[in-house]
Amino acid sequence: MNKTFLIARREFLSRVQKKTFLLTTILLPLFIFGFYALIIYFSVKTADNIQIAIIDRAHIMDDVLLKQKGDIQFQVIKHATETELDNQIQQKKITGYIIIPEQYNIMGFDTLSLKSDKSIGLLTRDKIQKRFSDLLEEKRLMALNLNKKQIDSIQNANTLQFTSLQGKKDSDAKAGVSYGVGYFSGFLIYIILFIYGTMVMRGVMEEKTNRIAEVIVSSVKPFKLMMGKITGIGAVGLVQFIIWIILVLGLTMLLPFLFPQLGQQYNDLPMQPGAMQAAASMKSNGGIQEVMSGLSTINFPLIIGTFIFYFLGGYLLYASLFAAVGSAVNEDPQDAQSLLLPITMPIIFAMVIMTKAVNDPNSSIAVFGSLFPLTSPIVMMARIAHGIPDGVPMWQLLVSMALLIGGFLFTTWLAAKIYRVGILMYGKKPTWKEMWKWAFIKN
Amino acid sequence: MSAILQLQHLKKYYATQKAVDDITFEIEAGSIFGLLGPNGAGKTTLLRMITGIIYPDEGSILFDGQSFNPMADTIKIGYMPEERGLYKKMKIGEQALYLAQLKGLSRSEALSKIRFWFKKLEMESWWNKKVEDLSKGMSQKLQFVTTVLHEPKLIILDEPFSGLDPVNANLIKDEIYRLAQQGSTVIFSTHRMEQVEEICNHIVLVNLGKKILDGKVQDIKQQFKQHKFNIVFDSMPSNLLHSSFTVLQQNNYDFTLSIHDGFKSNDVLRFFIEQQVNVVAFNEILPSLNDIFIQLVESTHSAARRFQTVA
Repeated sequence: MNKTFLIARREFLSRVQKKTFLLTTILLPLFIFGFYALIIYFSVKTADNIQIAIIDRAHIMDDVLLKQKGDIQFQVIKHATETELDNQIQQKKITGYIIIPEQYNIMGFDTLSLKSDKSIGLLTRDKIQKRFSDLLEEKRLMALNLNKKQIDSIQNANTLQFTSLQGKKDSDAKAGVSYGVGYFSGFLIYIILFIYGTMVMRGVMEEKTNRIAEVIVSSVKPFKLMMGKITGIGAVGLVQFIIWIILVLGLTMLLPFLFPQLGQQYNDLPMQPGAMQAAASMKSNGGIQEVMSGLSTINFPLIIGTFIFYFLGGYLLYASLFAAVGSAVNEDPQDAQSLLLPITMPIIFAMVIMTKAVNDPNSSIAVFGSLFPLTSPIVMMARIAHGIPDGVPMWQLLVSMALLIGGFLFTTWLAAKIYRVGILMYGKKPTWKEMWKWAFIKN
Repeated sequence: MSAILQLQHLKKYYATQKAVDDITFEIEAGSIFGLLGPNGAGKTTLLRMITGIIYPDEGSILFDGQSFNPMADTIKIGYMPEERGLYKKMKIGEQALYLAQLKGLSRSEALSKIRFWFKKLEMESWWNKKVEDLSKGMSQKLQFVTTVLHEPKLIILDEPFSGLDPVNANLIKDEIYRLAQQGSTVIFSTHRMEQVEEICNHIVLVNLGKKILDGKVQDIKQQFKQHKFNIVFDSMPSNLLHSSFTVLQQNNYDFTLSIHDGFKSNDVLRFFIEQQVNVVAFNEILPSLNDIFIQLVESTHSAARRFQTVA
């Protein structure tokens, strides 16, 4: 049997059979999903049934149409005393009330107050504020002597339709979705490089500190040992990844069944600043249908295909470098930190370029980043999400892939030379200069 | 007997030192060979070249009369390095199986051989234990088994007894003898001289990357003898002064003598017999390997690795 395969199989099995693997692979997504489900559940739940009474002493609400929408209900009460209302709050009939005083000037800057028994959450406050001011907006405009027609034309925004040279419609939702998908897949590769790269490094360090390396290299070439380790851990990554994707997809399918009111919720919720741009454009453009059509314009087979290619290419490129560092250091993990810096730098750098590229896939820094093999696995994912040829021309994709393969062959060759010497070297931590010598001077 | 291994003018220079500097010797098949030297003499580098882990800069290695081919010949070599260990989290049985398969044995072949050895060394109950549960001596035994499992022609043991108690050390020693009788050649690297004296037929001493001694243990002792003799009488001799010897030590009637050049042991005996004193015992004191080792190593003025610049 092929020895590289034997080694890869051991690396794979010894990791997959561990309890921690099962925990992280299956429980982690469940946990994260459960966490989000709870958040969504509570945000849906707590916003429920807010009854606000408006005591309209100024009679300004008389001709305002109260559209009862969502979970905030306004009701106009002509005559009620404050004590009656206080009682109603205590009996949980209403959540709170607003009193509009008789001399209230709709164009003025007087602040109205909302009285309730308990404090109202920040999001809900925003919603109430917005709904209330919407109610009065038309009224204010009327007060400026505008007629209904004028009001309509004010409210009519001058929208721009973005179109590409090929004449394809380039909706905001599509750009937003591309942004989201690009950012997400680039970030995923970033995480993968770190998780599995350090896994390879720790594996090599374990072999060295356990003093088993020399036993093994007396029957297997060091290169095979290194490649066996890298492929074994790569297979672990792939399996873990596939399980995650299946779990996440499966659970996402379940989501609408669990929370049927979710779609409406999306439209209603004021967006948090951290939420994706896609969501912002979706809000302005009429919701989930638009996003769905945006998603449908994304070429998923292309993205998944390139994702797997760049996942494997990037992993192989960096894993051998991580292995070289692991072989060079001894027991002390601190040593690894300083040697790791030159490897983590380009990954972080790639992440920075990626955040730029996802907004502007054809900027020169994005083009450079997606061609340069040390950064291309992350940056190219940001560009490819915008499609071919909008985000990236075909020739650039092919060149980038070729460079990545070349880069991976080069780093593996380089790492193998360092690894061969390092794995048998005990004692003090080598400097970069020494490692350079190991790689480029015969030994 | 033919030589199983011939090293010819081996050289290995590192950036800062000459680890192995022109070493030539050969090892007879079926012998137990001792490779000696102080720390940092170049033993490990030499052994790594013999096992194909690193390549010599110059010189050649002949294995069984043919040029050494690390890929094809690994199955014929069993190497137990000085820096040795095992995967801590792996089960003992699986670990032995894995290492045997890496050597090139098929799974079923490996399994039957592991069973045989585990039974022999009373390790059967260990199969499902993890390495981290073993004591140092126990894991040493396991390492020995994985080294000899594939019945290699050449077994290389670097400090095999370190950390073993006398019982287990004897167990391993007996196995080494048995393997040698069955035709395996054993290279034994250590700086524990009493073990070498006991086990090895032939030794090579290296220091500072050079071979400084090569020969059979008995021949070497003869070569380094200082003509010291031990003589015991049943009463005090009247005269202890003679041109053929000087007295080095005296303990009652027990004397240590050094015989001068040009005289023979019989000259001394005759001198005492003529004095009508009864000689109870008379034997030559041969130097121990330990003495020879210290003498030779100190005469090269360095017990530790000296850093030489490569010319």
